[in-house]
Amino acid sequence: MRKQLPFAITLDPGTSLANQTGSWRTERPLYVDRLPPCNNACPAGENIQKWLYHAEEGDYERAWQVLMEDNPLPGVMGRVCYHPCETECNRAKMDETVGIHAIERFLGRQAWEQKWKVIFDAEPSGNRVLVIGAGPSGLSAAYHLTRLGHAVTIREAGPAAGGMMRFGIPKYRLPRDVLDYEIQRILDMGVELELNVKVGDIEGAFEKEGFDAVFVAVGAHLAKRIDIPAHAAGKILDAVSVLRGMEAGGEPPQLGRRVIIYGGGNTAMDVARTAKRLGADESMIVYRRSRTEMPAHDFEATEAEEEGVIIHWLRTIKQIDETMVTVEKMEIDADGRPQPTGEFETIEADTLILALGQDVDTAFLERVPGVDIAKDGVVQVDTRMMTGRTGLFAGGDMVLAERTVTVAVGHGKKAARNIDAWLRGESFENPEKHELAGFDDLNTWYYDDAPQTVQSALDIVRRQTGFEEVLKGLTEDNALYEARRCLSCGNCFECDNCYGICPDNAVIKLGPGDRFRFNYDYCKGCGMCAAECPCGAIKMVAENL
Amino acid sequence: MTEETALQRVKFYQTGTHTVGNRLIDKGARSVQSSMDRSNAITSGHRACQGCGEALGARYALDAAMRAAEGQLVAVNATGCLEVFTTPYPETSWQIPWLHSLFGNAPAVATGVAAAMRRKGRSEVKVVAQGGDGGTTDIGFGCLSGMFERNDDVLYLCYDNEGYMNTGVQRSSATPPTARTATTPALGDAPGNVFGTGKNLPLIAMAHNIPYVATASVAYLHDLEDKVTKAMHIPGARYIHIMVPCPLGWGTASDATIHIARMAVESGLFPLFEAEHGEVTRSNKIRRRVPVKDYLAPQRRFAHLFKKGQEDTTRIARLQRMADANIERFNLLGERESP
Repeated sequence: MRKQLPFAITLDPGTSLANQTGSWRTERPLYVDRLPPCNNACPAGENIQKWLYHAEEGDYERAWQVLMEDNPLPGVMGRVCYHPCETECNRAKMDETVGIHAIERFLGRQAWEQKWKVIFDAEPSGNRVLVIGAGPSGLSAAYHLTRLGHAVTIREAGPAAGGMMRFGIPKYRLPRDVLDYEIQRILDMGVELELNVKVGDIEGAFEKEGFDAVFVAVGAHLAKRIDIPAHAAGKILDAVSVLRGMEAGGEPPQLGRRVIIYGGGNTAMDVARTAKRLGADESMIVYRRSRTEMPAHDFEATEAEEEGVIIHWLRTIKQIDETMVTVEKMEIDADGRPQPTGEFETIEADTLILALGQDVDTAFLERVPGVDIAKDGVVQVDTRMMTGRTGLFAGGDMVLAERTVTVAVGHGKKAARNIDAWLRGESFENPEKHELAGFDDLNTWYYDDAPQTVQSALDIVRRQTGFEEVLKGLTEDNALYEARRCLSCGNCFECDNCYGICPDNAVIKLGPGDRFRFNYDYCKGCGMCAAECPCGAIKMVAENL
Repeated sequence: MTEETALQRVKFYQTGTHTVGNRLIDKGARSVQSSMDRSNAITSGHRACQGCGEALGARYALDAAMRAAEGQLVAVNATGCLEVFTTPYPETSWQIPWLHSLFGNAPAVATGVAAAMRRKGRSEVKVVAQGGDGGTTDIGFGCLSGMFERNDDVLYLCYDNEGYMNTGVQRSSATPPTARTATTPALGDAPGNVFGTGKNLPLIAMAHNIPYVATASVAYLHDLEDKVTKAMHIPGARYIHIMVPCPLGWGTASDATIHIARMAVESGLFPLFEAEHGEVTRSNKIRRRVPVKDYLAPQRRFAHLFKKGQEDTTRIARLQRMADANIERFNLLGERESP
């Protein structure tokens, strides 16, 4: 029963919740997930922001599991990837890029020490897939196909798995125990590996052996050669066989005291640094263009120079007469091309090593009907990475792309997903890309200044004399700190800013891991949440009025 | 003793201490506002304008006070925006015991509430009084000074938006020089409010030698909560002066409230400090210093200073000198060791 109220009071006090101020709104806030620039740049398609999110909490295993959804080789990648993610990192516009590669390497190390196993659940599909080549692309494809439930056999022509990771990248950049461990982890998932088997008959694999699909990734191992007039031939080698010779197990290649490496790519840098370590007094690079045009990454040239490698920029080799190498000076014209100047110099050298790039050995594919091979030897594939032969896919260095380990790993994943879809009679659709999280979407006030953690390097004498790894890994403290430098561009990391600064209490906190929800009954659309969101995960859109 | 883990050792968090919450730090160290069970002293449905700094500042302060008082809190409110937009008859947004009497007597009423609680033996109940700059620096000033002078056991919170916003943006004694209001129009040789008048209430409060005086800003939540919490644990008369931008009266975008409050502090125009018994004990260091122009230019009440082609450099420079003087006086760049 309603209580008798005194005179002049007519209404019980009510709550202002009766007044739904949401009707004032002309713009509404929305939670969005924008694409972080690191993720966008990763050739292996890693969800970097997401695994850093877990690493920040010290949940390294969960971080590693997320990483492993895209990349089976974190220990390798954390060392040899040229980290385009870091080039694009928004933090670089504040202070310095997040050292993503160093944290990835740390996670790879943790996985090794803690013996973590990949968690995945897939029903066996009954399909058998043949992978030709055990390089990064083939290993990645085999790994991802296994995760999808297919039975995989890898056939490798060489004596060990790893491809260019083993026979191209020197030990001082990628210690072999790391490589061996990560390859073995893939094999332990049930992938069958046959070594020293050169596949010649692709059709036979389909028809006689009954493979349902074939992924070919044999790489590009044929060294490019040029003709240099030689009166009395000195010792001329190619970079691929020198680096391969380092892995043969016997005597390392005899290079002599003075070595010239001809070329300006990463392979040239690797060979020059290897020559130095093998005891060459003079390890010299001759390159026809200048530092700005070289295909090698700048840090590799810098590290080579630190170790005493001498780089002769703007020179071409014209003639060899025993140990006398004649070079011509070049200059860069308006179009950026090197032009001869008619000026010559001579350099003394015992060995000349050609590092002029590699071609694909496509002989075994030429007999396969439908396969289209371009004039430069590159195998043509469609957007699914399938060649002209139905069911035959290709990736890695043998198709048109940047030739890096990371690109190859990405190819393996992409091919695996497409093979899986194709085997099920479907087509693989990439989820739609979110809009990019630009630097201007961030409110950087909320981030503290914090410079990147420096990875310590081996001292210079040991770098010049042995093959010990040059860059050291991070300690746990360093890795945690570095992970926490991530700005989480475009993705909510539950900082509670929107929840805290809403003057109308119109943001509902859903609890750890569940983020937030707007209460549009009361949100007036002031936009403060969007303006003060550190990472750009809220956007304002016009209301339909 | 167990060994410290990296999680405990590494004190760096990507967002530092600047965001409202932080999932990486200990629960006990997190802000009141990040908590799912904060009091929400002012609930939704209030009639404050979009982006109101005062609605936010009052919730920040009272939620912190509620936590410090373990829910035993009475708030007395002077007349003003805060009172009007929260309690249009017969509704109320207040989720704490709340009392309003007149424009000018909130400190006296709060004193009375505190005395009544003491008399009834309810010493656990704490009392806060609150008002805008008009109710505090002008109309309620006599009562406030009396409350200070008697050292009554009340925490007084002033939400300073630098004018009488509720009644149509008139000048108060907290309106800054050159600001345009309805009563200081941007006309004539010296448009807007004049230089050299007005009151600096934190300094006046310090002159009463009360146990605690502080300034705070809606843009610095952690600092604000720390100061309220500290004040709640000190007996006697306490005063906290909180800057709360007013999008309507200042002529700023509704989403810029926090940004503008931050610029006021980072330029030096609104120094953040604490004082005990009349002496400054600590000041907040400016993190990323900005010229006063960055604070003034986005506000339409200062638009006459920034007319295209005829910027009022003389008076902007004079405002800059005020900021510089604050920086020197309160050691806002940390150049001296003591405050």
